[in-house]
Amino acid sequence: MLSLHHDARTPVHALPAGVKLLVLFAVGTTLFFVTSMTVLGAAVVGVGLCYALARIPWRTAGRQLLTVLPFAVSILALQWLFSGWETAVLVGQRIVVLVMLANLVTLTTRTTAMIAAIETALRPLKPLGIRPERVGLVVAMTIRFIPVIKEQADQVRAAQRARGVERSTAFLAPLLVKTLRLADGLGEALDARGVDGPRRTEGTRPL
Amino acid sequence: MIEIEGVSQWFGERHVLRDVGLTLTEDRIGVIGSNGSGKSTFARLLNGLLVPSKGRVAVDGLDTGRKGREVRRRVGFVFQDPDIQIVMPTVAEDLAFGLKRHGLSKAEIALRVTEVLAEYGLSEFRDHPAHLLSGGQKQLLAIAAVLVTGPRYVVFDEPTTLLDLRNRRRVGKLVRELEQKVVVVSHDLELLAGFERVIVFDGGRVVADGPAEESVAAYVAMHPPL
Repeated sequence: MLSLHHDARTPVHALPAGVKLLVLFAVGTTLFFVTSMTVLGAAVVGVGLCYALARIPWRTAGRQLLTVLPFAVSILALQWLFSGWETAVLVGQRIVVLVMLANLVTLTTRTTAMIAAIETALRPLKPLGIRPERVGLVVAMTIRFIPVIKEQADQVRAAQRARGVERSTAFLAPLLVKTLRLADGLGEALDARGVDGPRRTEGTRPL
Repeated sequence: MIEIEGVSQWFGERHVLRDVGLTLTEDRIGVIGSNGSGKSTFARLLNGLLVPSKGRVAVDGLDTGRKGREVRRRVGFVFQDPDIQIVMPTVAEDLAFGLKRHGLSKAEIALRVTEVLAEYGLSEFRDHPAHLLSGGQKQLLAIAAVLVTGPRYVVFDEPTTLLDLRNRRRVGKLVRELEQKVVVVSHDLELLAGFERVIVFDGGRVVADGPAEESVAAYVAMHPPL
């Protein structure tokens, strides 16, 4: 979701974001009740066909799967060890379907459409004090700032290496400070861009 | 017109601005001063990001403390670090963000975003993740995201500090050509060349105020070579 949208005009792209998220949720839930290798195998093929329909290059699709490969392999190994090869294959099929389907939703849906769908889904909860637009903003900002925080973590590590510290958990403290500063600046930026928060007076802005 | 009347600002024990009184009417105003002299705090007072501890700031007669929302619609703010200003994941989405808050329809937003992308040479980056842009492109996006909402004034807080020479000059040209009234806080004296007015801060007070050449000369004289 961080940088994955693949622009194309296909029926998969044209589906409303809410429908895609609903299908993902339904398939994700149903998968865990399916115990037939054949059905799960058909699901893998079905998701592959959806990729073809969405005209996603195979290299892009493969790259998405590769990122979860170490995680999937370790789960499969544990399943094989404790529950036998059949369970391991079933779990493997479920992971492939779920990951590929989630990635397909990401690849074919703009973030704004996704956020709008989340906001629509949350609208009935307004009487309970939930503000859908704020939740949508939080989701968007989470997507936006994960790479920024990762960059900051890399900077802290690089600074520590430059001082001869190769591995240390001490990088968490400076990273936390940097992240809090980022949050402070971000609060100001949101104010400046029209998302109003409480006014700041003396003592609230450390210079 | 932006009026600053008897403004003082403190953060805890720190007295950052001391009894500042100014009336800003010029199209191009620069603000310079040493680190910690109070210039960034001054900039934040101009669009109500900060409300003064004492005194009053008014934009076209609107008090920043009482009419903050209206003031921020009139006064755009560009931060030093575009990474904190860009809040949406992609270029087009970030441009649309401000417009959505101005109550424009989807069709109007799409049209305006396309226009602005073309105007700032960002069309090819429309669906590009913001975090993958270069520093110069990020600052251009941050500026475009402010200008897209059509503010009457734009305050820049050190907009070129993180940029290379080429991008500094690009941003400088853009600032000079803006139709809005502009206040630029900067250490980049080249950026302020030709400005109608430059205000020099030191220790939270205004110590020089005049045309760019005079104020910059006074500032340089305050800091002789070591």
